[in-house]
Amino acid sequence: MNAPRQILPVTLTKVSLRRGKKMVLKEIDCRFDAVPARTLIIGPNGAGKSLLLRVCHGIVAPDLGQVRWAGETDPRALARSQGMVFQRPVLLRRSTRGNIDLALKIHGLDAAQRRRRVAEALERTGLSRLAGTPARALSFGEQQRLALARAMALRPRVLFLDEPTANLDPAAAHLVEEIVRDMSEAGVKIIMTSHDLNQARRLAQEVIFLHRGRIKERAPADRFFAGPKNDLARAFLNGELLWWRRRSVYDGVGGKSADEMGIDRP
Amino acid sequence: MDEFWRAILTAASMIWEFDAGLWEIIGLSLRVSLTATLIAALIGLPLGALIALGRFPGRRLLIVIFNALMGLPPVVVGLIVYLLLSRAGPFGVFNLLFTPTAMVIAQIILVLPIIISLSREILETLWGEYQEALRSLGAAPGQALVILLWDGRAMLITALLAGFGRAVAEVGAVMIVGGNIDHVTRVMTTSITLEASKGNLSMALGLGIVLLVLSFAISIGAHGFRHISNVRQPV
Repeated sequence: MNAPRQILPVTLTKVSLRRGKKMVLKEIDCRFDAVPARTLIIGPNGAGKSLLLRVCHGIVAPDLGQVRWAGETDPRALARSQGMVFQRPVLLRRSTRGNIDLALKIHGLDAAQRRRRVAEALERTGLSRLAGTPARALSFGEQQRLALARAMALRPRVLFLDEPTANLDPAAAHLVEEIVRDMSEAGVKIIMTSHDLNQARRLAQEVIFLHRGRIKERAPADRFFAGPKNDLARAFLNGELLWWRRRSVYDGVGGKSADEMGIDRP
Repeated sequence: MDEFWRAILTAASMIWEFDAGLWEIIGLSLRVSLTATLIAALIGLPLGALIALGRFPGRRLLIVIFNALMGLPPVVVGLIVYLLLSRAGPFGVFNLLFTPTAMVIAQIILVLPIIISLSREILETLWGEYQEALRSLGAAPGQALVILLWDGRAMLITALLAGFGRAVAEVGAVMIVGGNIDHVTRVMTTSITLEASKGNLSMALGLGIVLLVLSFAISIGAHGFRHISNVRQPV
């Protein structure tokens, strides 16, 4: 229990997810391995990035298709090998220290191990002097660091991060990026969403471009940023507004209908 | 206004002189209502949690029913319990009518919907907030429930207080199933009713003031507990 089991590769087969009447993820096939260590999922708002992450993490079940963690299909079997940091940190009504301690307690660690790991995680995220403060009295940046410290203390094999720096100032965002980089160098697979292209350039080793619930392109970061093959990804990198772009291909391009190209009608 | 001041003086002198009859009534009131609230909490909190976190057919209907039952008229409850416990009723053999036990039973029925509905509401809101994080941490359902109850403790205590308030203040049910028998089933609310109907208004008001003071004392105690539990964070 103390050494999390290996959960890679994470494999998605024909995963679709519906929210209300809308399909938000459409027949996604993909596989995550230990290398490259840092995969960034980028795309405009509403592309389905957060939901894809939750499906990969096993906290949202797909309506169709299957997710496997090292061949295992029950998300709870390997829940303890993976951690997640949410865009809005969810902290319990306890002290800073208590939040990390509780997570470790859930994972079944004894008191001595918990004390050591709590101290270590607080130290690494610069929260040591706030150990006794109620978590919900922390500033937003501190709360996000605590969420990261909590995920880190669990020593996951895979860490999912959902726009972890979206609401942080540059200094706090820098610290988060640095920790994420350190963790990945220590062997933790990072799967992270972002709509900040500069951040993606700094962190990504591999990029997945998601648009309207489909993976439009997946490429090594250097190749992706040098020039994506997909026209929507290119438009996104150029900062164009994608719904304007869509109108030009809406009725089909090069003999393909819009549906074949995976473009939704409004 | 004269009446009012005389009532306060009467109340003060009764408390000051440590009137044995008065303390007997206060004691029984507290015993009956606290027991009823405690038992209702033991049944109602798990049920509230079950409805809040569970997903089963009829759940919505159950929520609507318990919400509606919060407004249950005490006299009606008294009447139903009376019929059930009377000699001709199904539970007549237990000889419970006109005993404090009968009063506790009636008050449990009154308090239960309040505790179920409020705790469901509280736990459901908290669960909505914690759900993803707890699932992400790999918490088992039992662990999640303990965490929810602990983190919601301050709000849950308020729900219990609301239940106790209803129990200690109602007169309809205890009057019918208890019968307001001196030294046996006479509680504060029934004696206020009795004194008022005898025209002994200052005595009735005096008792009313004692009841108010009691309510305040309990509420202050609970607030103190909340304050302590909020300030002293568990390690």
